[in-house]
Parts: sequence; C-alpha cells; structure tokens
Amino acid sequence: MSLLPVLPILLPFGAATIMLLLGPGRLATQRVLALGAGLGGLMVAAALLAGADAGVISAYRLGDWPAPYGIVMVVDRLAAMMLMLVAVLALGALLMAMGGSDAERPDGRGRHFHALFQLQLAGLAGAFLTGDLFNLFVFFEILLLASYALMMHGPAPAEAARVRAGLIYVVLNLVGSSLFLLALALTYASLGTLNLADVARLLAVLPADDVAMARTAMALMAAVFLLKAAVLPMSLWLPQVYARAPAAAAALFVILTKVGIIMLLRLAVTGWGDSIATAGLLQPWLPVLALGTITLGTIGAFAARRLAEVAAWLVLVSSGTLLFALGFLTPRGTAALLYYLPQSTLFCAALFLLAGHVAARRGALGDRLGRGPAASGRRWLLPAWGVAAVGLAGLPPLAGFLGKLMMLQAVGTGGWQGPWWGVLLLSSLGVLLVLSRATGPLFWQANEVPLDNRAALAGVAGVAPQMGLWLLLAAGVAMTVWAAPMSGFAGRTAEQLFERRAYQAAVLGDVPVQRERRP
Amino acid sequence: MAIALALIVAMLVTGGVWLLLRPRSWSVVLGLTMLGYAVNFFILLAGRIGSRQPPLALEGAGALADPLPQALVLTAIVIGLGMTAFLVALALRGVAARGADTDDADRIGEGPVDDDDADMAA
Repeated sequence: MSLLPVLPILLPFGAATIMLLLGPGRLATQRVLALGAGLGGLMVAAALLAGADAGVISAYRLGDWPAPYGIVMVVDRLAAMMLMLVAVLALGALLMAMGGSDAERPDGRGRHFHALFQLQLAGLAGAFLTGDLFNLFVFFEILLLASYALMMHGPAPAEAARVRAGLIYVVLNLVGSSLFLLALALTYASLGTLNLADVARLLAVLPADDVAMARTAMALMAAVFLLKAAVLPMSLWLPQVYARAPAAAAALFVILTKVGIIMLLRLAVTGWGDSIATAGLLQPWLPVLALGTITLGTIGAFAARRLAEVAAWLVLVSSGTLLFALGFLTPRGTAALLYYLPQSTLFCAALFLLAGHVAARRGALGDRLGRGPAASGRRWLLPAWGVAAVGLAGLPPLAGFLGKLMMLQAVGTGGWQGPWWGVLLLSSLGVLLVLSRATGPLFWQANEVPLDNRAALAGVAGVAPQMGLWLLLAAGVAMTVWAAPMSGFAGRTAEQLFERRAYQAAVLGDVPVQRERRP
Repeated sequence: MAIALALIVAMLVTGGVWLLLRPRSWSVVLGLTMLGYAVNFFILLAGRIGSRQPPLALEGAGALADPLPQALVLTAIVIGLGMTAFLVALALRGVAARGADTDDADRIGEGPVDDDDADMAA
C-alpha cells in the first residue's frame, strides 16, 4: 500500500511536532516549516486528486487490519477535492498570518500559532479521509481544540469580548461532542460497527427490532453535523465567534462549517442509502431550515457593524445554500452543491482576509462600517473587494452564479421551486446591497490615516498577506474560468458518491467479513 | 439492573444539563464534566450489560467482554480531560479579563458592540 492517502495527515502533524520540539520563539523557522508543509500539502492533494479522478476508491488500512476492525483512510473524489480546497485555503490563511510588525502579526501573538495551525490542518485532513465514525470524532476534536486556541490569537484590546465568544464556542462544541459520543455508542449498540461502509451494509439489512435505536443514533449524528454547519436553530454562535477570530484563523474556520456539511452528505448518501431506518430523517425539514438559515444570514449581514461580522453572517448564507441542495439527496443536487462549495468557501475566506486588511489600514476605526478614513492602499484593495463581492453575491460571470443556477435546475419543478427561487434571489440581492453599502465608508472616503495609527497600519505590511488574499480570489475565479471541467468533476464526484456498492467494496473488500449477531 | 443503570445515566445528564444552563462559567465547566461522565458510562453500556469477563480471548474461556467500548471510553476520557483543562484555562482567562466570573445573566444589554466601543476608547 502506498503511504499517499495518510500523507495529508502525517505532513502537518509532523510539521507541528517539529515546531513544538524546536520550542517557541523561532518564528522564522516556524514560518519556513509552515510554508513547506503547506506547499507539500498542496502537492499531495494534487497527486491524490489526480489519482482519485481516475475513478478508483483507494483505502489505506492502518496497521493492515481488515476493514471493519481496523481504521481505514478512504480517498475518493470527494475526499480528494476537499483536501485540495483545504490546502489552497491553508496557504492563503498562512500568508495572511505572516505579514507585518512584531506586535500586530497573528503568528507573533502566540508562541505556538503555527503548530496549532498545522494541527488544525491535520484534523481537517483526517476528518475528510477517515472511513471510521469514531476516528472521525477524534479528528473532530483535534481540529476543534486547535481552532479554540487559534481563535484566541486576536489583538489584545478586544480580549474580554473574544474570551466570552470563545467560551460560548467551546461549550457549544463540547456539548456537540457529547451528543456525537452518544450517537456513536448507540450506533455501536445497534449495529455493532463504527466503520461507515459497514454501517451502510448493515443498515440496509437491519432487523426491525433495531430500527428505533439505529434511527436515534443517526438522527443524533446528523444533529451534530448540522450544529457544525450552523443550521438555523443552532446558528447564532457562529457570527460572533468568527468575527472575533483573527483574520487568518477566521479564513480557515470557514471550512469548519463545510466539514459538517460534507460529513452529513457522506453519512446520508454513503451511509444511509435507502435504509428504512433513516427514511425521512432529513427530507421534509432540512430544506425548510436551510431556507431559514439563508434568510437569517442575510438579515444578520444587514445588521452587522463590522466587515468581519458581514463575512461571518455570509458564512451562514453559504451554509444554508449548501444544505438546501443537500436536503434533496439527489445526484444532481449534490453535483451542484459540490460545484458551489469550493468557490463559496474561497470567497468567504477572502472576505475575512479583506476585513483584516481593511482593519489594519483604518487605525482605531478598524473594519467598522462607519464613516472615517478610507482604507489606505485601496488601489489594490478595491479590485479585490469587487471580485469578492461579485463572487459572494453570486452574480454572473463568477462561479457562485453558475452554482446557484445548477441548484435551481436540480430542484426541478417540484413544490419547492417557488420558495427556493424567492429566497435565493432575494438573498443574493440582499448580499449585494450589504456589500455595496459597505463600499462607500470603507474605500471611497478621504484617504487619511491618522498619524498615531501608523503602527497598526504595519500590521499587514509586506507582500505575503496580499498574496494570501489574491491567492484565494484567484482560486475562486479559476472555478469560473474552468467551469466546464470543474462542474464535470463535481458531477463525477456526486455519481461516485451515490454508487454505494463501490464504496463498500473498496473499503470492506468484495467478501465482507461475516460476524455473529450479538445477544 | 438495566433500569438502575439507565437512571444513573439520566440523573447525570439531568444534572449536567442543569449546570450547563447556569450563568457562571464554573458551573458550566462542572456541567460539562458531569455530561462527560454520563456519556462515558453510556458508551460502556453500549457493550452490553453484565459481561464481567475480561476482554481477552483466553483459551478455554467461554464468553468475553466486548473490548471496543472499553477502548472507545478510554479515548473519550482522555479527550474529555484535555477539553476540560482547556475550558478551565479559558474560563480563568475570562475571569482575568473581566475581573469576575462570567455572569451573563445581568449583562444581556451589553452585547459585543459595547466592548467594541470600550476597545476604541482603550
């Protein structure tokens, strides 16, 4: 077996270990290691993507234990695509973290910023790769613990508010973890396995006695993933947390909601299939909640007072849009979701980076959407703002528009079409209004930076943070330029996802291990 | 037996949830710990009640306990310990930053916006 499928986890994990062993205070070494690991991750993801697009699902068995007993790492098109997205996002966020003077750069505020960042990448890669539900829990905890700590690397003055937001974030996610563990225990009690492919196989032939317990387990697990995705009744924690995190960390956090969505997709499509135990768990209400989430996100964006808050509310809009497409569990809807997801993630992350750039250039005013000096250096910030705004509002010609169009086509002529078109188009209009309203105070007013804020301005000096922003925007625009191959890939990914037998055969082997039923 | 064990889990969860909803961060930490106990106990029960055999495939031994829930519970305990430690550290930092234990009940009117203004003044 080739080591390639576990490299996306080992690489950042190894980099983090070396950073910790070297000890704190070697910022230059840490940066070189972080960039090296980031570029290495990009290359590994590209290699995995090329391999996965041939249509082969490769499984790496840890310790060579046969599948339902040992832990498997599974690389299919979906996992490879998400790894690629993580790699690009991580490079952009890393570059953003590296700019500026000693006092203001995010990676200078904590001694272990880069180690934590790499650990979060390891957790993300593990979550996308693992084919075992308990292992997924472990990787969730790794990435969450890293994110808790990264969130605290913000500027000193907002400490109290950030700690309060952080406490809410941590407590909520710990409750989520408890629910996740309960779901895992129930899954094991009813099915006797935690391997996703095995769960899928056993759910299809579940005896009627065990249906109630298995259904409870799966409903709990779906609820946990929906909490991570911040769907409507559980979404109010997200904006204040993301808006309080340092820009580089917030940009990476954008993918955390997508982890919930992708895991729900995998669980519902690969795991549940057409089992009677899970029939109707998502179908009637998820689209409704998703529409509610989009509405809430749009209204919240209107009420936001800072650019980072706008970005955080737009993460909710993105989540809602994706969950709506997910709610129908059709190959076409999934293809649209998979095409929409990367560019939406990239533009949301770019908006967080942009908010960081603006905040550093307006002194004490920060990224508040109020009257005051315009951001200096707007010559290159304004085009970035334009691209991000068009991408986020889903206007043609950028990929967000194509993605939404694909979703509208996938919904077809069912009863949902009316509310779906209405909410989606009104939300696009709302996002556009919010962003264009913000343009004036942020970019078009008198270009004066008060003298006493020159130090803050140095916060994002240097080329690296600008490169980070433009990298994310360029990747988002590339989704449009190469729209045909990208949507083709999304279609193939969705197709592969719905071929449950192929996944089970790849993970469990052609002849699954037979076990006795427990008493 | 099964009912007694279920009642223990239920009591732990009830206490945990009640403490979680208290407005002080120390109660919340305790509540999460209690919830963690309930969850760990629950995982152990997922391996079936009453198997007192060792989880080892010894020669001649008839039944053996399911080793997997025990392994899962060990992992969950270790992770829970780490998380609790982090939460305590964070709560202490909150106390240091605010000068009091988090007591959001009487601070409802003071959203993050007020903190922003305070930041600006600082």
